[in-house]
Amino acid sequence: MKKYLSFFRLRFLMGLQYRTAALAGIVTQFAWGFMEIMIFSAFYRADASAFPMSLSATASYIWMQQAFLAFFAAWMVEGEIFDSIVNGNIAYELCRPINIYNMWFARSVANRISRAVLRCFPILFVAVLLPAPYGMSAPKDALHFGLSVLTLFLGLLVMVAFCMLIYVLTFFTISPQGLRMLFVSTVEFFAGAVIPLPFFPQKVQRVLELLPFAAMQNVALRIYSGSMTGGEMEKAVVLQVFWLAVLVAAGKGLCRMALKRVVVQGG
Amino acid sequence: MIAVEHVCKTYRIAKREAGFCAAMKALFHREYEEIRALDDVSFSVGDGEMVGYIGPNGAGKSSTIKILSGILTPDSGTVLVDGRVPYQKRVEHVKQIGVVFGQRSQLWWDVPVIDSFELLKDIYTIPESVYQQSLAELTERLKLSELLRSPARQLSLGQRMRCEIAASLLHRPRILFLDEPTIGLDAVSKLAVRDFILKQNKTHGTTVILTTHDMQDIEALVSRIILIGRGKILLDGTLSDIKKGGGNIDETVAKLYRSYHI
Repeated sequence: MKKYLSFFRLRFLMGLQYRTAALAGIVTQFAWGFMEIMIFSAFYRADASAFPMSLSATASYIWMQQAFLAFFAAWMVEGEIFDSIVNGNIAYELCRPINIYNMWFARSVANRISRAVLRCFPILFVAVLLPAPYGMSAPKDALHFGLSVLTLFLGLLVMVAFCMLIYVLTFFTISPQGLRMLFVSTVEFFAGAVIPLPFFPQKVQRVLELLPFAAMQNVALRIYSGSMTGGEMEKAVVLQVFWLAVLVAAGKGLCRMALKRVVVQGG
Repeated sequence: MIAVEHVCKTYRIAKREAGFCAAMKALFHREYEEIRALDDVSFSVGDGEMVGYIGPNGAGKSSTIKILSGILTPDSGTVLVDGRVPYQKRVEHVKQIGVVFGQRSQLWWDVPVIDSFELLKDIYTIPESVYQQSLAELTERLKLSELLRSPARQLSLGQRMRCEIAASLLHRPRILFLDEPTIGLDAVSKLAVRDFILKQNKTHGTTVILTTHDMQDIEALVSRIILIGRGKILLDGTLSDIKKGGGNIDETVAKLYRSYHI
């Protein structure tokens, strides 16, 4: 276990090094957040009752999403892992007495957390100060707050477990380009990164909520903003744990298969 | 220590002619060529021995090293390293070996070298006291004290290679595989690396298998040479077997390659 913690630590420290990237990220997320809220408020002005979430709940959803973008952005996969498979540097990693899957998992979680730590506080701070209904409002009660923190981390693990599938599949396809595009656009759309899931037609939403994509950012953001309550929350948490287990099992199985037939590229 | 018997490994390589027509044709019909990287390779290496593994480009040297270090699974044949089959018990096996791939890097690019070392300490679960001792010894012998605090990306090739070698030896492996460790190094760094490998073999009795194109490495380090060409072992003997009559070692080896048509 200590090996993986140590991996986590080094990746985390490394992530903290990129200050300019963090600053640029914060600026982008502010711009994006404001733009989304402006668009939504224009829609709400037309007919607020037509929407499944109140404007202030949507604003909270958007600000949380921007603050923790690094947790859930599908495109923030680790280029270094792809590179190591494509150019054969993975040779070194295979020479270590560790489980490749666990190592990459620890590394990806660390990468996402370190990016989020640098970015989330300024965004949360400003979002809280913004006037209602454009800013971030407090969650309904302590239970909702606690659950949203728990599901935030569960969602992070589901996200990473999903990305692990892409890394492992690269062993078979050699080039990660196609897989990356396919997975990134699928995840972004079905996870509620473009528009929150309640905005989908009800029948579609009912199906989407069962998919692994809904176990990522959807749960935490909606519990926080109050669009998910009571029994819905329980069901969502159970689904998160379920998908986490399934994705990890699938990833580990594939990884074992890949390593048996791996051909390290390059001389 | 190392016993390799009748090992074969075949790669499938997609081939096509140059040009647009050939590329279009390859869309529908792909031609593969089977390359026998290793063809019935057998040899054994004793404890504490230093062996030079030579051959022209594409002879199968790196494939052998990859099989010995557990990364690649051979198609047939048996491999035993220190009583274990490397590709079956990968995790136990790699604890006992150190590998340096001269063309790759194991150091984390953006952080100081010492951080990479600390990570390796945890990965190999090296006890603190052993780690400090190894580190002190390696720092002194490879003259690393100035380098450890710099990020790997700001080191020159020679400096980085010294760090790479140290990184592969922190856990005190009993067997060391060196795949072109002196590639691209200047004279001073080469001498330092050679000198270090010799000492490591003498003081710790480390078994070393070295692949290289630099015949001076071979001359300076090993007494036994295994020559491989087109996947087959062509010669297994001492340096003096090859060097009959003296002369320049590079020319002697080139002549040897020609005599085997490789």
